[in-house]
Amino acid sequence: MSYRITGSTGEWEIVVGLEVHAQVVSEAKLFSGASAEYGGEPNTHVSLVDAGFPGMLPVLNQECVAQAVRTGLGLEAEINLFSRFDRKNYFYADLPTGYQISQFAHPIIGKGKVLVDLADGSTREIGVTRLHLEQDAGKSIHDQDPTRSFIDLNRAGVALMEIVSEPDIRSPEEAGAYLRKLRQILRYIGTCDGNMEEGSMRADVNVSVRKPGETDYRTRCEIKNVNSIRFVMMAIEVEAQRQIEVWEAGGTVDQETRLFDHVRSETRSLRSKEDAHDYRYFPDPDLLPLVIEQSWVDELKTALPELPEAKRARLEAEYGVSRYESSVLCVEQATADFYETVARGADARLAANWMLGDFFAALNRTGRSIEDSPVSAEGLRELLGLISNSTINGKIAKEVLEDMVETGDSASAIVERKGLRQVTDTGAIESAIRDILAANTDKVDEYKSGKDKLFGFFVGQTMKAMKGKGNPALVNETLKKLLSE
Amino acid sequence: MSGIHDFTLASARDALKARKISAVELTNAHIDAIERLDGQLNSFITRTPDRAREGAKAADAALAKGEGGNLCGIPLGIKDLFCTNGVRTTAASKILGNFVPPYESTVTANLLKDGAVFLGKLNLDEFAMGSANLTSAFGPVENPWKRKDSDAKLVPGGSSGGSAAAVAAGLVLGATGTDTGGSIRQPAAFTGIAGIKPTYGRCSRFGTIAFASSLDQAGPMARNLEDCAILLESMAGFDPRDSTSVDTPVPNYEASLKRGVKGLRVGIPREYYTKTGLSHDVALLWEKGMRWLQEAGATIFDVSLPHTEYALPSYYIAALAEASSNLARYDGVRFGERVSAPSLDGLYEASRAAGFGEEVKRRILIGTHVLSSGYYDAYYLRAQKVRTLIQQDFLKAFENVDVLLTPTAPSGAFAQDEKPTDPVQMYLNDVFTVPASMAGVPALSVPAGLDARGVPLGLQLIGKFFDEETLIAAGHAIEQAAAFHHRPTLHAGVSA
Repeated sequence: MSYRITGSTGEWEIVVGLEVHAQVVSEAKLFSGASAEYGGEPNTHVSLVDAGFPGMLPVLNQECVAQAVRTGLGLEAEINLFSRFDRKNYFYADLPTGYQISQFAHPIIGKGKVLVDLADGSTREIGVTRLHLEQDAGKSIHDQDPTRSFIDLNRAGVALMEIVSEPDIRSPEEAGAYLRKLRQILRYIGTCDGNMEEGSMRADVNVSVRKPGETDYRTRCEIKNVNSIRFVMMAIEVEAQRQIEVWEAGGTVDQETRLFDHVRSETRSLRSKEDAHDYRYFPDPDLLPLVIEQSWVDELKTALPELPEAKRARLEAEYGVSRYESSVLCVEQATADFYETVARGADARLAANWMLGDFFAALNRTGRSIEDSPVSAEGLRELLGLISNSTINGKIAKEVLEDMVETGDSASAIVERKGLRQVTDTGAIESAIRDILAANTDKVDEYKSGKDKLFGFFVGQTMKAMKGKGNPALVNETLKKLLSE
Repeated sequence: MSGIHDFTLASARDALKARKISAVELTNAHIDAIERLDGQLNSFITRTPDRAREGAKAADAALAKGEGGNLCGIPLGIKDLFCTNGVRTTAASKILGNFVPPYESTVTANLLKDGAVFLGKLNLDEFAMGSANLTSAFGPVENPWKRKDSDAKLVPGGSSGGSAAAVAAGLVLGATGTDTGGSIRQPAAFTGIAGIKPTYGRCSRFGTIAFASSLDQAGPMARNLEDCAILLESMAGFDPRDSTSVDTPVPNYEASLKRGVKGLRVGIPREYYTKTGLSHDVALLWEKGMRWLQEAGATIFDVSLPHTEYALPSYYIAALAEASSNLARYDGVRFGERVSAPSLDGLYEASRAAGFGEEVKRRILIGTHVLSSGYYDAYYLRAQKVRTLIQQDFLKAFENVDVLLTPTAPSGAFAQDEKPTDPVQMYLNDVFTVPASMAGVPALSVPAGLDARGVPLGLQLIGKFFDEETLIAAGHAIEQAAAFHHRPTLHAGVSA
């Protein structure tokens, strides 16, 4: 079942590790009071500290530390009570101080793990090596002027969590599943909005290939700053392909940093190992070592929301939904909340069925999200209640839902307005059926001579005649009775 | 006696409070002295007479109402490493150009809050890197002292050379300094004044241009320790904007002057005799200092600081490593001097080549080298380990003694043209001051005598963490015994 790429010399296995940069959800930046909000006019969210003015000093934002710890707890990781900030020195125009404050030797979070679900229904555990806090840089803008570059420091100093995975990933699919799961966890905890378009989650992808059965890793290449899950998956595939071609042509893969070009679907060398920066890391003397208390970690743990895995297990146990249904319902916390509101006081299985089916279809059709759904959870619950108490049947309910989406009216109001209440009067059903049978005597003869499949035809005709309002069970029962007469 | 230039800071404060003199009068007399003498001394980079007069007027108004802080109406000079709101701040470097900070350093803000009047920004070695005030982009500062047998221009020490010269010559009643490896104490000794390097973390570093963040500490420089005590009380204090500032109450330092030294245990580190190459005059003065303290009731103990000889080399690794990173922000992109070039790297190279002086460039190169991959362990990491050992040396010594007495510098002020050609020779000036900096403990220098050629010498006292009070008490005992009332050749009170 393992993912393999077939080259001219046979099969190859790929080895992938991901470094995810996730922007921390916080009011202020990691070391200054400036707003960490996305967007804004250039250079409006900048303090003197962010701009690296003489004599300015960083002061650690405790909320960012709490967010890192919460994330670590969500990844079931070791929380390091002692960590330290280092300076990573390099010159660039959008790096005002000439160094990035990061955690090199002593990260705040150690080993953890992420469980990913694969399409074949299997689950894999991907190890997390570490998570550390660091500052983002500003943005260089090169396309506004033919000779000059502009700098926007709004992002300079915003807190990032760099989450480094073990080289445990073995296919593009696993990489995608890992990123989706990581994003899901971050969103649940509220530590990163996971918005890849706005750059609040970006990935550096480390790729190498080897022959199945090899135990050592071959040389890897790092693909920098890939900004969507789809591109990560594509980049892995084309980079692995490239490396296989290099090996199979008798060459060796050089350790280097590469860029992914999704338009041309290729990776290109950015800089070789020889050109790699010497970052001259050393402990930042402006900051004390970061020492946190176990009791504080425990408090944060207690206050943590229910995480995706736990929520899925609970939904399955409490509402009897399938593993597949729970996975879809738990992708977003808001969806799970919506579901639970519907399911409490309705048929929970029916609720799952409807959410995954007609309800999601309605969202897709209207381009809405669960947060601004045209139908409230209470509204959907009412609709399902009407099915359960046989006021309407499932088919009519679909029509009612469409009307709810369109008009915003409640299910019962629509049922009343359109007179959709289902007919349970056996007399009315019987007379409708008799009319159908009388008009189709040839089909009745065929049925009686053994063409059982025609039963469905009679049901359809009856429902049609009753404008869909016939109670399906009663229609079935009555039909059987009359046809056997 | 008793001209306006005979005031100490303390006596001027009392005269102001008693309305025997006005702040405007006092300030004008100092502005006048600066105009007369500073053409020669070059102790100021930027003079702010108009601001000073405004401040003095406001001080007089407050004093008239019986209000005003402890420094109300006191004219001070500010080392040009402290950012001052609306007043050009240069760090004595060309790279900052005409940088005018839109903010005030915490230390100077504290002084202003207490009513001090700033006469201007004082010269220093570029980015506080130097021991003779010869590396300033604004020219060297001259020591107001002369040898009795020569007219040679002497250096005032460094890096707070402008502060030291201005205080010694009576151009200001007190000044701020910063001390990374001796930059307050050594110039204080060279100019016959007092200076305190407080415990690391005692004064906020916010708004002070960084040289080596783990060592930089602001402190007062003034004619005597009483004045220094008054200034330190205003400058010190916890600042949430500096993560390395320590939240411990600021005591009444002035009161500690009167404590005396009866029963005080004074340690004499024996390695300071053997490993430092101190001059004969300095050795004699040191012994005098021991005797004075004994006579005042203290007991002298021999102590050992075994890692002393490694302090200087490890200091020059640790400090320069930090400096190379701290000075990366001066890149011509956001403020200060920019030399245009067609590429970003070209802009960096041209701006930094034009903006930094030789000594600063040398130190950035050394600092970059010791942090480089392949050298980090041998240099930076080793230096950090030595630093820990030096710290332990002091902690161990302070189990048995209350203060340590040492000379401040190996010799008195040398002439500008006697400047050693080997930079390492120059670094040896810091041999007595660097260990306390590496340990983070407080230390001070008091003027204690003259050498054979008539230039002042200082004695250094090193104390326990946050025990500046004991240090001041012991220093004051030396002051009283030494009765140092000599004045430099160039002094505001001496008519030309």
